[in-house]
Amino acid sequence: MLSFFQWCYDTSIGETIRESTWLFPLIEAFHLVGLGLTAGAVLIVDLRLLGVGLSRQPAAQLSAAVEPWLLGSLSLMFASGIPLFLSEAVKCYYSYAFWVKMASLVLALAFAFTVRRHVARTGPAADRPLQGRLTALISLALWFGVAWGGRWIGFS
Amino acid sequence: MTPLDFFTWLSQTPWSVDLHESEIAYSIIESVHVWTLCLFFGLMMMVDLRLLGWTMRAVPVSEFVDRLLPWAIAGFVIMVISGTLLVLAIPLRSYQNLFFRGKMILLVVAGLNAWMFHYRIYPKIAGWGADGVPPKAVRVAGGLSLVMWIAIVFCGRMIAYNWFDCDRQPQPAIINFLTSCVPTPSVY
Repeated sequence: MLSFFQWCYDTSIGETIRESTWLFPLIEAFHLVGLGLTAGAVLIVDLRLLGVGLSRQPAAQLSAAVEPWLLGSLSLMFASGIPLFLSEAVKCYYSYAFWVKMASLVLALAFAFTVRRHVARTGPAADRPLQGRLTALISLALWFGVAWGGRWIGFS
Repeated sequence: MTPLDFFTWLSQTPWSVDLHESEIAYSIIESVHVWTLCLFFGLMMMVDLRLLGWTMRAVPVSEFVDRLLPWAIAGFVIMVISGTLLVLAIPLRSYQNLFFRGKMILLVVAGLNAWMFHYRIYPKIAGWGADGVPPKAVRVAGGLSLVMWIAIVFCGRMIAYNWFDCDRQPQPAIINFLTSCVPTPSVY
């Protein structure tokens, strides 16, 4: 595993970013904008499932409307996050925050495109508000972990 | 008292010293700043995208203003509180930081744009059906807001880097002017 991280670290992209003064901060800023957009797209639906925010609209309608923005912002997150990772892959290997983030990310993505999407699409019907709330809370907790881990990679 | 005196004084207060020296408090405050960035900036972009008519056109703009904006504003309040604490931890360097200054100016401009929208543009469109693609003035306000908040996030991220710091000399004269930095000859 470590040798894979070492290989990532040695890639020319990783090296280029390490040797540049501006590249890392610049890519980080794009990563933050992507974070905001992902959070916005996630929150529109999760707040709705909690019964607040745009609660007069059907969850299915909101979920379908923000999905292109969610996918677009996630692409921006990966497109900026992977180069950042390559530039400090070995540090990430030894950072527990990185592993917390990756575990949360896998769970958050899997949850978002299976259970959460299903709940939003079928609509947390008025008779099943608990299901919607629980789904939203799990989703928020997982994304919270992703953001927390991400910020703390920088502190380690 | 000049601003420089004020920030020098601030950096010597016990609160500032404690925050500066506490690694864990500073890290937590910065994490709070990032979480509430998700809440504020994320929802703000969604509102702006709706004002531009780029998403959720079936949802009336008034729903966004009445029901989503309060959440964004709650996030903004926490961002201001945590941001103020971050400045309190490093007062002098923040004051003389090029990107911090840019961020503060952009915040004022974004505030003016928000004021224009709420008190000059939005009341006039209250009668308008409020769904579908908004009128041009609304789209302009939304577009400006979107661009400015993205620029603010960029500046915020760059504050952490010391390229233009006063204690890193020599700097071009324009940089020292913009950061109110008077380099002492001994630093060279």
